[in-house]
Amino acid sequence: MASPLARPAQAWQLSEAGPAVRVRNFTRRFGDVTVLEDLNLEIAQGEFVALLGRSGSGKTTLLRTLAGIDAAPGHEVLTPDARAVVFQDARLLPWKRVWRNVALGLKGADIRARAEAALTEVGLDHRLDAWPATLSGGEAQRVSLARGLVHDPGLLLLDEPFAALDALTRLRMHDLVLSLWQRHAPAVLLVTHDVDEAVALADRVLVLDHGRIAAEERITLPRPRANDAAFQEIRGRLLNHLGVDAGHRKPAQEAELLAFPSGEIVS
Amino acid sequence: MRLKGGRWVSPLLLLLAWELGSRTGVIPERILAAPSAVAETFWAMTVSGELPSNLAVSLARALAGLAFGLVIGVGLGLVSGLSRAGEAAIDPLMQIKRTIPVLALTPLFIVWFGIGETPKITLIAVATVFPIYLNLFSGVRGVDARLIEAGKSFGLSQGELIRHVILPGALPSFLVGLRYALGVSLLVLVVAEQINASAGLGHLINNARDFMRTDIIVVCLVVYASLGLGADLLVRAIEARALAWRPSFIRS
Repeated sequence: MASPLARPAQAWQLSEAGPAVRVRNFTRRFGDVTVLEDLNLEIAQGEFVALLGRSGSGKTTLLRTLAGIDAAPGHEVLTPDARAVVFQDARLLPWKRVWRNVALGLKGADIRARAEAALTEVGLDHRLDAWPATLSGGEAQRVSLARGLVHDPGLLLLDEPFAALDALTRLRMHDLVLSLWQRHAPAVLLVTHDVDEAVALADRVLVLDHGRIAAEERITLPRPRANDAAFQEIRGRLLNHLGVDAGHRKPAQEAELLAFPSGEIVS
Repeated sequence: MRLKGGRWVSPLLLLLAWELGSRTGVIPERILAAPSAVAETFWAMTVSGELPSNLAVSLARALAGLAFGLVIGVGLGLVSGLSRAGEAAIDPLMQIKRTIPVLALTPLFIVWFGIGETPKITLIAVATVFPIYLNLFSGVRGVDARLIEAGKSFGLSQGELIRHVILPGALPSFLVGLRYALGVSLLVLVVAEQINASAGLGHLINNARDFMRTDIIVVCLVVYASLGLGADLLVRAIEARALAWRPSFIRS
């Protein structure tokens, strides 16, 4: 690994270079529905940003635009050329063995060696020749992360990548993502509706509501972050921005609230 | 409870009853020859080389027709599957073609191509184009859009998308089409061989009919059946190799 192992977490603040992502006055409509309205967003190089929002708040649309999956003609959307997406469903090609999935789209020499190195980093060097259908959900997501990393992206886009995993696996993935981010220093945009996840991982948390950024929270707590009073305070503020009264609910209920935009609690 | 090998019992009983019926004269030989007589004839025809040589002629016909059908079907299926313009141009014609029963084209083909090999091979080719075309087309269109999106997000070019994502994704459906086309090619072969054939299984059957040799007719029927069985085994073998990634094929 050429990149330094112990990267200072706040390096983006010191960077002289321009931002990794810049979106200016971005509006996106599907028919009569305005999904994103006059949105402005900047992400510094190497910055870890989490994007919170209810279902239908436009967060996936924003991610797809930054990923280049959806075109944005006539808008100012600047991103690095090297981008990688990790989707909620790992989207591995089932007919390619694990290392070939990671090698997908790689050009040049030593493709296998590069794929192997990426898989070793996510702890899957023993599954190089496995078929994707034999992987567990957590393993598939780690392959998906390796597939993103192997391109050495300047921007890593994570679209609710841990939502389908069990709680324990999710915590392990958080650690993995943090260590990969600290080693490779891409700018990260994590789309999630898990407030705890956002507070545990990000330098900055944005709350998206009705197509606009409704709130922004900078988090300077040192990592790894314990679930202490300062953590709880930030978490409570974010929940308020999301329209949830933090004092009276348990985390599980909050998660459901975010999943069901009507605000009803299903129990 | 399942008896081991229980599925063999009823066919064997039928065979036994047939043999008994023939021996006792209940089933006259001119109606249906005894299984033992059929087996004897089969052996004699194999040793004399009559059966292998005619089988080779029939097989060559079926394969030639299938080869043309495959090439045309794959070509049309890809063009139609990969582009909207291609679909607009090709699909209506294929759907019209589908409404015409292929065997109804026989008289026309005889007028056009005479009674040699050409009308037989053409019939088989025309009959096999459709299942190949249709299954490849729907296979290409049915490839998971999320995978295509993922491929695009990793910067795959159009050609790379087709090669790494679309074609492998369409393969299972294509193989269903191939299996069906193999069956159709044998079916049409049987009919096509009735057109004044001077060699091949159809020729054997026609001659046998003229001499009321029911044993030879049954031998040829058995050979047709085993061709169908062989075709099925072939596609299964291809599937097991080409679709090794499918959960049903993975043994871990």
